[in-house]
Amino acid sequence: MSENKKKLSLIVFSGTIDKLMPVGILASGAAAAGYEVNVFFTFWGLNSITKKAMEGMQPIDKNYEQFGPVMMQRMKEMNFPMWTQLLEQAKEVGEVKVIACSTTMEFFGIKREDLAPFVDDIAGVATFLDRAEGGITLFI
Amino acid sequence: MAETKVAKTLDAKGLYCPGPVLETAKAIKQINVGEVLEVIATDPAAKPDIEAWARRTGNQILDITQEGGVTKILIKRVK
Repeated sequence: MSENKKKLSLIVFSGTIDKLMPVGILASGAAAAGYEVNVFFTFWGLNSITKKAMEGMQPIDKNYEQFGPVMMQRMKEMNFPMWTQLLEQAKEVGEVKVIACSTTMEFFGIKREDLAPFVDDIAGVATFLDRAEGGITLFI
Repeated sequence: MAETKVAKTLDAKGLYCPGPVLETAKAIKQINVGEVLEVIATDPAAKPDIEAWARRTGNQILDITQEGGVTKILIKRVK
C-alpha cells in the first residue's frame, strides 16, 4: 500500500466559503484515507487564511448569496465543522502540507505571522508542482 | 462467525461526511493491530466511505449491518 502512495493536491485560489468548504472536506477525507495531501493557498484563497479573515464571516459567492444565512443555520444545526477546523483535523490524522504562495503574500502585504498557524511553508509554483507530481490535482 | 471481540466502539452518529471517516481514522490508531473497532454511524455515506477508506488504508472490514438508518461496521486493524 504505502509503496504506491496516493496523492491529492489542491490549488486553493478562491476565497468564498462555498469553494472553501470542499477544500476542508476533500483534504480531511483524503488525509484520513492515507493520501498525501498538499494544499497550496494562493490569491483569494490565501487571503482567506489570514488570522484576520478567519476571525470574521467569510464571504459567499454572489450567485449563492441568498442561500448564505440558511446554509450557515443548517451547518450549525448539523454541528458541521468549519472548513478550517476540517483542515486542522486533516493535519491531525494524516500527512498534509499547507503551502502559502509567496507572490500573493507580497501582493497583499501579508506576513508569515499574519497567516493561520496551520501553514507549513511559504513557497512558489515550482515547489507545488514538484510536490503534486504523479497525483491528483484540483484547482479550486 | 463467532462473536467478535470489540476493542473500541466509535459513536459517529449525527456526524456527516467527512466526519465518520475522519473519526474512524483517529480511532483505529487507538487500538492495536489485530484488534477490532466498531463504528456506529447515521450518515448514509458512512458505509461506502468507510469501505473505501479501509481499502485505501489496508484495514479489514469484518462485518457491516444496517438497520433503521444506523450503520454498524466492524473493522480489524491490519497495520
